[in-house]
Amino acid sequence: MREITYRQALNEALAEELERDPNVFLMGEEVAEYHGAYKVSQGLLERFGPKRIIDTPISENGFAGLGVGAAMVGLRPIIEFMTFSFSLVAFDQVVNNAPNMFTMSGGQFNVPITFRGPNGPAHQLGATHSHATECLYANAPGLKVCTPATPRDAKGLLKTAVRDDNPVLVLEAELLYSSKGMVEPPDEELLIPLGEAEVKREGGDVSIVCYAQTVPLALAVAAQLEEEDISAEIVDLRSIKPLDERAIFDSVAKTHRVVIVEQDRPFCGVGAEVCYRIQKNIFDELDAPIMRVSQEDVPMPYNERLEKAVLPNAGKLIAAVKKVCYA
Amino acid sequence: MLALMLLIRRFEERASQQYQAQKIGGFCHLYIGQEAVVTGAVAAVRDDDYIITAYRDHAHALARGTSSDACMAELFGKETGCSRGLGGSMHFFDKKNHMYGGHAIVGAHVPLAAGMAFASKYRGEDRVTLCFFGDGAINQGAFHEALNLIALYKLPVVLICENNLFAMGTSVKRSTSLKQIVDRAEGYDIPGEIVDGMNFREVRDKLAEIVDSIRKDPHPAFVEVRTYRYRGHSMSDPASYRTKEELEKYRLDDPITRLRAQLTREGKLTNERFDQIDKKAKETALTAVKFAEKSPELPLEKLYDYTYFKKPTA
Repeated sequence: MREITYRQALNEALAEELERDPNVFLMGEEVAEYHGAYKVSQGLLERFGPKRIIDTPISENGFAGLGVGAAMVGLRPIIEFMTFSFSLVAFDQVVNNAPNMFTMSGGQFNVPITFRGPNGPAHQLGATHSHATECLYANAPGLKVCTPATPRDAKGLLKTAVRDDNPVLVLEAELLYSSKGMVEPPDEELLIPLGEAEVKREGGDVSIVCYAQTVPLALAVAAQLEEEDISAEIVDLRSIKPLDERAIFDSVAKTHRVVIVEQDRPFCGVGAEVCYRIQKNIFDELDAPIMRVSQEDVPMPYNERLEKAVLPNAGKLIAAVKKVCYA
Repeated sequence: MLALMLLIRRFEERASQQYQAQKIGGFCHLYIGQEAVVTGAVAAVRDDDYIITAYRDHAHALARGTSSDACMAELFGKETGCSRGLGGSMHFFDKKNHMYGGHAIVGAHVPLAAGMAFASKYRGEDRVTLCFFGDGAINQGAFHEALNLIALYKLPVVLICENNLFAMGTSVKRSTSLKQIVDRAEGYDIPGEIVDGMNFREVRDKLAEIVDSIRKDPHPAFVEVRTYRYRGHSMSDPASYRTKEELEKYRLDDPITRLRAQLTREGKLTNERFDQIDKKAKETALTAVKFAEKSPELPLEKLYDYTYFKKPTA
């Protein structure tokens, strides 16, 4: 194991998959000559050439659709959105074409495509550039959605996504590109299955279910709670769809209390879905009502103080944990 | 090819009848009047060239070689349909015959055509993609983005605009700022041509010439094919936005009648032979109805089998 950044981990995943399979290509705005708006594709143009690392005009609908068409005839496109906020311009291709093709063709055309890029609120980018899109996409049958929070998960999930025979969205955490973590060496194949959560920290008093940007938040809060003798277990979903129910239930059966902390908005959100499944399946395990910490249900303000107020934070999460622990 | 045109017409007439009998659900858009377009285009390409179209797609599947049984069964929503009854009228697919759908969001399949052609070029194949769309598609964002990408990457696509003068009920005059649709291509530096879509031979010969030049050197081309649909936009449309005189004018220019006259003049077709071909087409369409009627539906327990692809386990 060695320590690398989230950005490097993604870069390694791309390079390894491009190396392994000649049908894989990377396409998007600024991915080639500019090396990616967030430098995730650094060095790939030099290594793999312009045939496989392809700059596009600013036409998300156009190049997302191009990817779907290429996937229908056997290529394995990786389509980068400069941010998933811009994927909304390509919503029809991602939601109507990519996942529906397999069904509508009666199983004749699967679409092995990966859509990837930064997702979720960053820092003072205002309402149009701050979307967390996991709920929008997890709602569409036929899509798979994962949300890596660590360099290791970023590498392992992206590689798995590229090899999947269905459309997969890898929603990268915009704020975590420079974060570091331990990852297996490059000569060791790292594949992390979709639909497998990971307990990032064991604990006995309360389960905190989190993903993407809320994982480091939950880990920091857990350390703080430890000082107050509250032992929190951190369950990182890693994939939103398929959802690892088993891991959630196992943790809740152990702690009997649960707080869900999500980076998205609350209405029809990941938290709502997780909450429904817990109460439906293991109601008797619960010693307290389930709490949820999300964004406030407003378009993201630019003002820094207001933006902070909209986002989940340590104060909100600690308050929720104390409430379910009656502490 | 006359046989194919007649089959398309008779198939669509049967589809219309079965729709009225409520055997077919959803929307149903008929191709009657436009037969020369797809027939001419398909006659100009190889069997392994890629073909993709919009929602008025029955004829494209038939022209590609999908059986009329599988087409009619799809309309009936049966498991024996070309999309197992999961697609319906607007979503015909036939991988084996290189028919890449049936796409019902106007303009949204033009980027897909770009991707298919991108793949051919990526693999160094000399395949050509024929992308059909209506006059309504040319004002969609997806269409414009795709045309720019196609031109920018020099992709081997023939963009075939089946201009039947109406996007649903809105005439081209009321929807499009251009005097002629083909001028759209000029904005993307794509060579464009106008072709008489009621004339099978003109469509075939012009397409053959274009396809031949694309095979030698991958590049896009745009063809505005001027045609006319005799029926409404869909089965529920009485087409009251156009005059009887206009319809009659085009009926007199019928593509089947035209080809028949050409062949007869050349001594290649007798009335007797024409009647035989037509009789066969009618029989095939009727047999398709019977096949569809007695076919089973996809069993409910298979409902979840077509959402995610899973590699078959050995």
